[in-house]
Amino acid sequence: MSAVIESHHDDHHHGPAKGFSRWLYTTNHKDIGSLYLWFSFIMLFVGGAMAMVIRAELFEPGSQIVSPEFYNQMVTNHGLIMVFGVIMPAFVGLANWMIPMQIGAPDMALPRLNNLSFWILPAAFGVLLSTFLMEGGAPNFGWTFYAPLSTEYAPPTVTFFIFSVHIMGASSIMGSINIITTILNMRAPGMTLMKMPLFVWSWLITAYLLIAVMPVLAGAVTMMLMDIHFGTSFFNAAGGGDPVLFQHVFWFFGHPEVYIMILPAFGIISHIIETFSRKPIFGYSSMVYAIASIALLSFVVWAHHMFTVGMPIAGELFFMYSTMLIAIPTGVKVFNWLSTMFRGSLTFETPMLFAIAFVALFTIGGLSGLMLAIAPADFQYHDTYFVVAHFHYVLVPGALFSIVAAVYYWLPKWTGYMYDEVLGKTHFWLSFISVNLTFFPMHFVGLAGMPRRIPDYAMQFADYNMIVSVGAFLFGLSQLLFLFNVLKCVYYGKSATAEVWEGAKGKGLEWTVDSPAPYHTFETSPDLTKPQTNS
Amino acid sequence: MIFRTFLFALPFMSLSVFAGWDDVNMSPGATALGQEIFGLHMTIFWICFAIGVAVLGAMAFILFRYRKKEGVEAAKFDDSTFLEFTWTILFALILIGMSIPATITMIRAYDDTEGDINILITGHQWKWQYEYIEDEVSFFSNLSTSLDERNNLAPKGENYLLEVDEHLVIPTGARIRFLITANDVIHSWWVPDFAIKQDAIPGFVNTGWTQVNEPGIFRGQCTELCGQYHGYMPIVVEAVSPEEYKEFIIQKKEAKLQQAALTEKLWTTEELMAMGEGVYQKNCVACHQVNGEGLAPVFPALAGSDIVMNDKARQIEILMEGVQGAAMQSYAEQLTEVEIAAVITYTKRSWGNDVNGNGEIVAPKEILDYKTNKL
Repeated sequence: MSAVIESHHDDHHHGPAKGFSRWLYTTNHKDIGSLYLWFSFIMLFVGGAMAMVIRAELFEPGSQIVSPEFYNQMVTNHGLIMVFGVIMPAFVGLANWMIPMQIGAPDMALPRLNNLSFWILPAAFGVLLSTFLMEGGAPNFGWTFYAPLSTEYAPPTVTFFIFSVHIMGASSIMGSINIITTILNMRAPGMTLMKMPLFVWSWLITAYLLIAVMPVLAGAVTMMLMDIHFGTSFFNAAGGGDPVLFQHVFWFFGHPEVYIMILPAFGIISHIIETFSRKPIFGYSSMVYAIASIALLSFVVWAHHMFTVGMPIAGELFFMYSTMLIAIPTGVKVFNWLSTMFRGSLTFETPMLFAIAFVALFTIGGLSGLMLAIAPADFQYHDTYFVVAHFHYVLVPGALFSIVAAVYYWLPKWTGYMYDEVLGKTHFWLSFISVNLTFFPMHFVGLAGMPRRIPDYAMQFADYNMIVSVGAFLFGLSQLLFLFNVLKCVYYGKSATAEVWEGAKGKGLEWTVDSPAPYHTFETSPDLTKPQTNS
Repeated sequence: MIFRTFLFALPFMSLSVFAGWDDVNMSPGATALGQEIFGLHMTIFWICFAIGVAVLGAMAFILFRYRKKEGVEAAKFDDSTFLEFTWTILFALILIGMSIPATITMIRAYDDTEGDINILITGHQWKWQYEYIEDEVSFFSNLSTSLDERNNLAPKGENYLLEVDEHLVIPTGARIRFLITANDVIHSWWVPDFAIKQDAIPGFVNTGWTQVNEPGIFRGQCTELCGQYHGYMPIVVEAVSPEEYKEFIIQKKEAKLQQAALTEKLWTTEELMAMGEGVYQKNCVACHQVNGEGLAPVFPALAGSDIVMNDKARQIEILMEGVQGAAMQSYAEQLTEVEIAAVITYTKRSWGNDVNGNGEIVAPKEILDYKTNKL
C-alpha cells in the first residue's frame, strides 16, 4: 500500500464494529488472535478440570470419585483438549497477533480464511464435548486412540470424535496455509528470510509441519470410520487388517505434532531472553537451522513410540539412533539461550521468569526424552508414568509456560496496559513450585513400575501419587491467578509505553508501534532497507 | 541459584521422607537381561544427570553473575562459529558414547531362539491366558483382589491389585520363551523384574524370553490401555525348582481329568448355585455388576433379561460362542462345563429372575451335549 492511497481514504479507516458481530464476522488478525487465545484459555480450564478429576481419583489407592470407565473418558479428553484445544490454538492465536506485526504487514494474507479457521474450532470442540451427554459416554480410548480399542471396541460416540478431529484438522490446515502465505508474501521490504524474527521462523516451519501431517491424521481417522461403519478391515486382524498399521500412521502424524507444540515456543523464548538480557540472540542462524533440523528429523523418528510392538531389530536401532540425533539441535538451542544470557544485563520480570523456567525444565524434559530414546531401556519406561512425566515436562513447563510467557510479554502491547507485576511473579512462583511437585515425582513412580492410564494402583505408589495430586491441585488453582491478572490488566492496568520493556529497543517491529497496537498496523510497510531510527 | 536449589532439592527431600531406592528407581532385575538393562538405564541416567547438573549449574551461575547492575552494559556479541562447532561435536560424541552400550544390550534382548519351555500368552479383556505349549496345559489368570478392597470397604492387602488366582509357574534355570498375542484389543505384558514388555496384539505373535535362576514371585501389570479394567489385569509369575514345576504340570493335568468326571456327576441345585455365585463373582461382575444390572449401554442387564429368564438354549449359545461385535467373549475355553452350567443356573435364579422367569436349572451335561453336537 502506498502512502498516497492512505492519505486520501480517511473515511475508509474504521475501527472494530460493535457487539457480538464484531467477533463473528471479524477478519482482523488482532481480533482473531484474541479469539484464539481466549478460546484456548477457556479450554485450558476445561481440560484442567479433567486433570483435577484424574488427580482426585489417584489421590489414594482404591476407587475414589469416578468409575474406571469415566476415568478413561477423562484421560482421553484431557489429552485431546490440551493438545488440540489449548496448546495449538494458543500458538495460532499468538501467530495471528504477532506475525503481521513482526514482519511489518497490515494483516494476515487471507483474512476470511482466518475467520473460518477459528470459528470451526468451537464447533469441533462442541461436538467432542457433547459426547459426554450421549449414550455410551465420551471417547475412552486415550488421546492416541489405538485400534481396535477405538474401532471395534469403541463406544458409539467414536463417530462424533472422528468428525470432530476432521474439523480440527481442517482448521489447522487453513491456519497454516494462511501463515505460510503471509510470511512468504507480506514481509516488509528489506526483511529477508534470514532477518525474520525467530518467532516468525519457528511458525513458518511449524506451519509446513502442520500441512504435512494433518492430512495423515485425517487419513487415520477416515480409515477408522471405514472400519466402523463400512465393513473395511484396515485395522481389524480378523479381516486381514493390521492393528500396528494404525500406530505407524498415527505416530507419523503424532511425532511431528509433538514438535508443532514446541517449535513456536522456541521462537517465543528466544525473543524474551534477548529482550531481558539486553543483548541480541546468540547464534541466530544456528537457531534457524536447529529448528529446521528438528522439524526434518521429526519425520523419521515416529516408531520410537512403538518400541514394544515387536519391530525387527533393524527398525529398533534405526529409530533409536534417529531419535538420539534430535538431541543435537535441541542442545544447540539450549546452549544458545545460555550464551545469550551470558554477559548480558539480566532482569527478571514475569515473562523472563517463565522463559528461564522454560529453559531449565525443558532441559529436564529433553534429558528424560534422551533416556526414552534408548530402545532397550525403553522396554522398562514405555507406557509408565516415566513417559507421563517426560511429556508433561516438555508440554507444561515447556509449551504452556512459553505461552504464558508470551502473554505476559506482549499483553501490554495488545492492551496498552501493564499487568500487575507482583501478581505475575506470584503466579510464576506458585506455578513453578507446583509444576515440579506435580510432575517430578511421576519419574519415580514410573521407574518403580506404575503403568499410565490406570484408575487405581498398587500400595507402593501411594505416597508419591498423593504428592503429585497436591501439586496438581495447586497448579490448577494458580492458573486462576493468571486469569485474574489478565482481566485486571485489561480493565484496570496502568498505561504502557510503546516500547514496554527497557530491553525491547531494536528487538522487533512490534515495539515501534503504539501500545495498544492500532487496529490496523503497518498500512504502510516500514522500509527496512533504510537505516532504522530506533535501532 | 534458586532454580538449582529447587530442582535438585526436590527429589532428595522426598527421598529422605519416603522409603528406599526401590520406590524411586527401576527394578534392578531378577534375570541376567533384567540386570543388564538396569545397568544400561543407570549409565544413561548418570550421563543425563551430569549433563543436567552442568547445564543448570551454568545457568544458575549466569543468572546470578550477570543480573543487571548499575553502570554495567550488556555485551554486544551474538555469534561464535568456533563455540557452536565445538559443542555440536561434543553432543555428537556423547551420543555415540551412549549408543554403543545401548546397541549391544538391544541385540542381546532380541535373541529369539526357541526356549526349553514355550508359553503362549494371550491377553483378553481383562485377564491373561497361559498355555504351556509342550504340556498342553492352559488356564486363565484373573485379578484376585476383592471388590471390597477396591471400594475401600476392606483394608487393602500388601499386594493390592498385584495378585491373581492362578500364578504363571515357571521352572528355574530353564530358558522360557513367551509367545505373546491378544484376543480382542491390544494389551501389553510387562514383568519389570524380567525387563520384558511386549505388546499383545490381535493377529500378531510377539516374543520375549527369560531365564530365572532363583525361585521367587514376580509381579507385573498390563501396560497398554485396553478398556475400562485396564488397571485390573496384573501378572504374577512364580519361579519354582524344576521338581516343583513338574509337580505343578502333573497337578494341572489331573485337574483337567477330574473336571471331566465332574461333568458326569449329578448336581443339586444348591451345589450349582454355590459354585455359580463364585464363577459369577470372578468372571462376570466386571461388566454385568454384582446386582446383575449391567452398565448401560455397553453391558446389558441380566436381571430381568428375557434370554436369561426364558431362553436357556440361547443363553448357553451366548456363553459358548460370545457375541459378535460386543464385549461378550466366548467362555467355552475359559470355564469348564460345570462352571458354565453353574453360572447360567445362578443367573436364572438370582435377582428375582426365578420369580419372573422359569428359574430352570442347567446341568453340566447339557453344556457337554452342546459341545458334542457342535463337533
